[in-house]
Amino acid sequence: MSLLRTLLHDSHFRRGARDMVDFGPGIAAWGLVTGVAMAKSGLPLPLAVLMSLTVYAGSAQLASLPLLASGAPLWVIWGAAFCVNLRFVIFSAQWRTYLGHLPRGRRLAIGYLLADLNLVAFQRAWPRGQREPGQVRYIVGGIAVIWLTWQVPFLLGILLSEAIPTEWGLGFAGTLAMLGLTYGLMHDRSTWTAAVVAGAAAVAAYALPLKLNIVVAIAAAVAAGLMIEQAERASEKLRGGA
Amino acid sequence: MTHTGLWGVLAILGLAVVTVVTRNFFLFPEREVKIPDWLQRGLKVAPLAALAAVVVPEVIMTRGALIATWQDARLPAVAAATLYYVWRPGVLGPLLAGLAVFLPLRGWWGW
Repeated sequence: MSLLRTLLHDSHFRRGARDMVDFGPGIAAWGLVTGVAMAKSGLPLPLAVLMSLTVYAGSAQLASLPLLASGAPLWVIWGAAFCVNLRFVIFSAQWRTYLGHLPRGRRLAIGYLLADLNLVAFQRAWPRGQREPGQVRYIVGGIAVIWLTWQVPFLLGILLSEAIPTEWGLGFAGTLAMLGLTYGLMHDRSTWTAAVVAGAAAVAAYALPLKLNIVVAIAAAVAAGLMIEQAERASEKLRGGA
Repeated sequence: MTHTGLWGVLAILGLAVVTVVTRNFFLFPEREVKIPDWLQRGLKVAPLAALAAVVVPEVIMTRGALIATWQDARLPAVAAATLYYVWRPGVLGPLLAGLAVFLPLRGWWGW
C-alpha cells in the first residue's frame, strides 16, 4: 500500500501516466470495439473476460476469434497469435536497453504488460535512446493507464454489444486515433520515409495471412532506413574527398 | 461453438503464454543478447512502421482490395483529421474531427 502511495506521488510515474492519458480516447474506443466483436463472435462471457484479463493483446485476440469459433487445432490458434505478435519480439529488443538491468522476475512482469503504445510514448518522452534514471517508473505509469483504459471499455463493450450496431463503423475511431499517433512520430526525413515505406508495403503485402503484412512492413521500413543511412554516409565521404 | 469448457480455457491460457513469450523475447535471457548497433538504430522506426502498416490499409482498403470510389466516409474523415492535426497536433483533436465527418457520412449517406 505504501509502495503504491510512493508511486502515485512519483513525478516520473505521473508523467508516464499523463502522457498515456492523451491516448486514452483512442485506446478506449479500440477496447470497446474489440469487446463488442468478441461478444458478437459468440465467445461465452466468462471466456471473453478471461481472455481480456490474461491475453491482453487486442490484435491477437481479434485474430484468434474465428479460429476459436471454428474449433481449430490449438497449435494453429497459438501459432497464429504468435505471428500477429511478432512485432512485440522486435520491440522487446528495444526494451532490453531500458529494462535489462532489472531482476528477471520484475523484467518479465513489466514486459508482459508492454503494449505498442508504451513504446511509442516512451520514445517521445526519452528521445536520447539510452538508460536514464526514472525510466522504469515512467513505464509503469504508462502501463497502469493503458491497462485500465483498455480493460474497462472492453468489458463495457462485451456488455453493450447488443446496443452498438456494427454499421456505425465505430472501429474506425481506433484507426483515427492511431493516425494522430503516427503523425506525431513523423518529424524528419527518415521517419517520413519509414512511414511511407511501411504503409505501401503493408498494402502490397495485405494478402498474406495472419497480419504478416505488418511484419513485412516493419522489415521494409527498417531496411529502407538503413539503406538511406548508408547512401548518405557514402555521399558525405565523396563530398569530403572532393 | 466448440469452444466450451476446458478446451476454451486451455486455448486462452495458451494465448496468454504467447503474449508473455513474444513481449519478453529479448528480455528473458539473463545475459544481454548483443544486438548489433546498426540494427538497434534501424529498429528505432519499428513502432512507427507498425502503426503506419495498420493505419494505411484500414483507410484505403476494403476486404483486401484498394477502394475504387471517392464516396467512402473514411477518406474525408482522414482529410479532416489531417487538417486538424496540421492546425493543432495531438491525438484527441484529430480523432474527434475525423469522427465528426465520418459518423454522419456513414450513418446518413451510407458512404
